[in-house]
This record gives sequence, C-alpha cells and structure tokens, in this order.
Amino acid sequence: MGGYSYGELGAIFAMQGFSGISLFSVLLLMALGLAIIFGQMGVINMAHGEFMAVGAYTTYLMSSLTESFFPAFLPYYFILSIALAFIVAGAMGYLAEYVLIRHLYSRPLDTLLATWGLSLIMQQSFRSIFGAREVSPTLPEWLLGAYPATDMIDIPINGLFVLGLTIVVTLGVFYLMFKSSWGLRVRATTQNRVMSGAVGINTKKIDRFTFALGCGIAGIAGAAFTTIASTGPTTGTLYIVDTFMVVVFGGAASLFGTIASAFSIAQAQSILEFFISGSMAKVFTLLVLVLILMFKPEGLFASKVRR
Amino acid sequence: MLDVANLKVSYGQSEVIHGLNFTAKKNETLAVMGRNGMGKTTLFKSLIGVLPLSGGSIHIDGTDISKCESYQRVENGVAYVPQGRMIFPNLTVQENIETGMGVSKLKAIPDDIYALFPVLHEMRHRKGGNLSGGQQQQLAIARALVTNPKVLLLDEPTEGIQPSIIKDIANVLNEIKKMRDITIIVSEQVLSFTMAVADRIIVIDKGNFIHEDLRDDVDTDKIKGYLSV
Ligand SMILES: Nc1ncnc2c1ncn2[C@@H]1O[C@H](COP(=O)(O)OP(=O)(O)OP(=O)(O)O)[C@@H](O)[C@H]1O
Ligand SMILES: [Mg+2]
Repeated sequence: MGGYSYGELGAIFAMQGFSGISLFSVLLLMALGLAIIFGQMGVINMAHGEFMAVGAYTTYLMSSLTESFFPAFLPYYFILSIALAFIVAGAMGYLAEYVLIRHLYSRPLDTLLATWGLSLIMQQSFRSIFGAREVSPTLPEWLLGAYPATDMIDIPINGLFVLGLTIVVTLGVFYLMFKSSWGLRVRATTQNRVMSGAVGINTKKIDRFTFALGCGIAGIAGAAFTTIASTGPTTGTLYIVDTFMVVVFGGAASLFGTIASAFSIAQAQSILEFFISGSMAKVFTLLVLVLILMFKPEGLFASKVRR
Repeated sequence: MLDVANLKVSYGQSEVIHGLNFTAKKNETLAVMGRNGMGKTTLFKSLIGVLPLSGGSIHIDGTDISKCESYQRVENGVAYVPQGRMIFPNLTVQENIETGMGVSKLKAIPDDIYALFPVLHEMRHRKGGNLSGGQQQQLAIARALVTNPKVLLLDEPTEGIQPSIIKDIANVLNEIKKMRDITIIVSEQVLSFTMAVADRIIVIDKGNFIHEDLRDDVDTDKIKGYLSV
C-alpha cells in the first residue's frame, strides 16, 4: 500500500467503505430473503438472484412507463417501484412455491435442481422480453450526486438511500419474525414442523407466504440494485454466489449473523477492490472466508440453546 | 365425543395397529396401557394426524377427521402432548404456549393456565429448551390446553419424571377435568398414575386391545401382569 499518505489512506477507506454500503445493502437484502426461505423449509433457492432481477426489471419498466406517459411523476416513481418490485417478485415467488416447490419439500436435492431450472427459465424469459442488452432505469435527480462530507470524502446519495431502505426492510423483517404472531408460527415451524402442525399451525400456508416474502425481499434488493449497476438477464446469477457466501458465513439460523457477514464481505470486497483488481478481491475474500469456516463451520453466529 | 372405528396404521408394509375400535365419552378419561413397543405412540400419532391411517375412521362429535391434516384436527378439537414433550426449544415459555393460541383465537394466555402451572409463569421469559423435563411436560400440556380442546391426547406424560412430580401431573389432570368439559386419553406404563386419573383402562398388546375395565373394577394384579415382560 506504499505511495499513499495516512490521510489519503483514510479517505480511500472511507470512500470505498461508503461505496461498499450499496453492495452491503443489496447483499443483505438478498441474504435475508434466502436465509428466511432456507430456515423455514430447508430449500436453497437457486433462483433467488432471478427474483432480484425481477425487481430490477420492474423498476426499469416503471421508469420507462413514467418517462413516456407521466414525465411529471419521474421524481417519485422510484419509491412506488420499490413497493411494486416487492409485490411482483413476491407474487411470482408465491406462484413458484405453489406450482413447483411444494411438491418437492421432502427431496432437498430435487428442490435444488428445480429452483436451478427455474432460474434458467427466468433468465431466458428476461432475454426474450427485455433483450440481451443491459438496461437501467432513469434515476430521479435527487438520487444522483454525492454529499461532500470533507474535501477528500464524497458520500454517494444513492448509497445512503439504499442503506436507509435496507434498514427499514430489515427492521420490518425483524418485527415480523420476532413480534408478530405470524413470525411466531414461522419460528415454530422452523424448529419442529410436525409438532407445529399438531398445535394447530397450517405449516403449508406458512411455507407459501414465507417463500413469497423471501422472494419479495429479493425484489426490493433488485430495485435497490438498479442504483448501483445496470440490469441484464444474468444479473441474478452474478449476485447469487456472493449471497450464498453471506448466508453460509453468517450461519443460516441467525439474522444478526447475516447482517454482520453481509457487512464484512461487502466492505472487504469494496476496500480491496481499490488496491487489487475486482476478481482478485473476490478470490481473497473467499480464501479468508474458507479459512474462518474451517474453524467455525457453523458460521459466525450459531444459536446457543441446548436442544 | 371421540369415535374410533377399525383403525389401522402401518409403517411401510408392516401393520402396527390392527383395527382398533373404541369410543371415549365427554368428561371421560381413558388410559391406554401397554409395554414398550406395543403401539401406544403409533396410535396417538395417527389420532392427531402425524401418521396417516391405512384404514378405519376417526370421528369427533360426529365429524369425520380421518382425512384431515394435523392442524385441521386441532381446529376440530383434538390436542396432543407427545411422548418426549417436543416443546420448541428456541422459543420462550410464553411463546411456546402462544403457538397453540392461533386456533383458539385467544389474545393473551388465560390466567387459569398459569394458575395450573405457576412455574411456567415464573419462567415465562426463559427458552423452553432450558427447562427441566418435568417443567417441559407442564409446558407441553399448557400449549395443548390453550387450543381449547375437546379431546386431549397425552402420550406417556410421566416418562422420565420423578415420583413427586408425577403426583403433581396427576393432580393437574384431575384439576383440568373439573374445570373443563374434556375427554382425556392418556397412554401409560405407570399403574399408580393411571389409577389416580383414569375412569377406564384399556390394555394394548402388539397393536390389539386385549383387556378393558372401569377403574373401579380394575384387578390391579391382572394389569400388572400384562405390563410386566
Ligand atoms: N418410524 C417407524 N418405522 C417403523 N416401525 C416403527 C416406527 N416407529 C415405531 N415402529 C414400530 O412400531 C411398534 C410400535 O411402536 P410405538 O412407538 O407405537 O410403541 P409404544 O407403545 O409407544 O412404545 P414405548 O412405550 O416405548 O413408547 C414397535 O414395534 C416399533 O418398532
Ligand atoms: Mg411410545
């Protein structure tokens, strides 16, 4: 790291740190959805990245529609898109659970294959509908630009917005999981599905809504994603690997672990990317991760209760 | 109240319950006694719908529930306290009880539940997994009771529990009978416990009922004979 003064290094860390915040936000939202689904029914949703892309394309579609028909609405459409991304991706998740996944719960390997197949189908549909080229929505003015914190450090506004959005969604998920009666049913089913049925919980209904919720959150991640990069048919695939890393590293059972792990992975990559190339940064992060997992195979935060 | 006709249950090809017939009336407590591996748990699991029937029917108040899933049977008034208790270890005591309240639409845990099990009130914020076996048994009973059942199924509630607590559990069951109009079906190997709670005793052997008696007419030596190997 020679050639940089301490002041410059500090600024680099801060700025790369802030640009890492967008990545952190997207990864956290993705990992939340993935972990909720995995925790509830043991399904690893290989199509999770495509549900994110659904959210991104929804945002793009909203942007084009607004531009052509209600240009005056442009400053506000993005907020509406986030809600719509959640609803569209959630509805598609609900459908996927109903048509495909619920028939395979007792066969974990088959769900892996089935959701992988689903991801391919979805990718091809994106290609047919939106074309192979990457698209991006026109972001409203207020999302662009940066806030100059000091003369060396600029904080991107979109990063702050996405972070705020992520905090709201995460708090919402926490509330739902830990304070609502619906969340109680989810947690009961996660711990003992058979017994949950025997205390009167309709576990299949819980499954369907949990899957829809997880996919809906991926949709929100997709809307957030449009602020940092453009969307193509394979966008989902690019992010799913990082998301898996976050979930495995955090320990699938712990929401706190997911947050901590999304933060460290996103920051490590973002800060390293400044000094070495992007792919090297990824390799390096992965290596460290593997090393840590060798010593803590259950992930960063495993829950400590005797069974 | 509960009508079971020609009930058959199999694991794969092997039939374990061979066409049982019995009824249990309102306010009656029925004990099913039998040695290890005679099919008590299998019978109870099929009643609550954890295991499918391979034949026969179950009616509750005239409604056929034999095709229903577990949660629908709970909605129809069956509650289940399994062998080994099966409380949710990572939920608090209070949350464990609340899992049963979705069916009965209760908003808060009724006072009479905590009156029956004062220790659960004391420990309501602890994780269920950190309770002792006897406390977990009380928790499992409380969780079943808040569904407001017509029929309460208890599978070996005394297993692994010390004698003084066994007496407590017998008192609790008798208390529940006084408080509610409820049918209790309990499987047991401890005769003294059965004699303290049951109105009628049935002995199960290799998936068949081989003996039945009202509690007041029971020949304890004969039942002991059935229960010893
Ligand atoms: N999952 C299973 N698959 C195959 N056979 C089983 C299974 N569970 C139980 N059995 C068999 O069914 C029979 C009845 O078992 P069950 O558990 O109902 O007995 P039990 O009367 O409850 O015994 P215990 O007093 O030990 O609890 C036994 O012969 C047992 O080996
Ligand atoms: Mg048993």
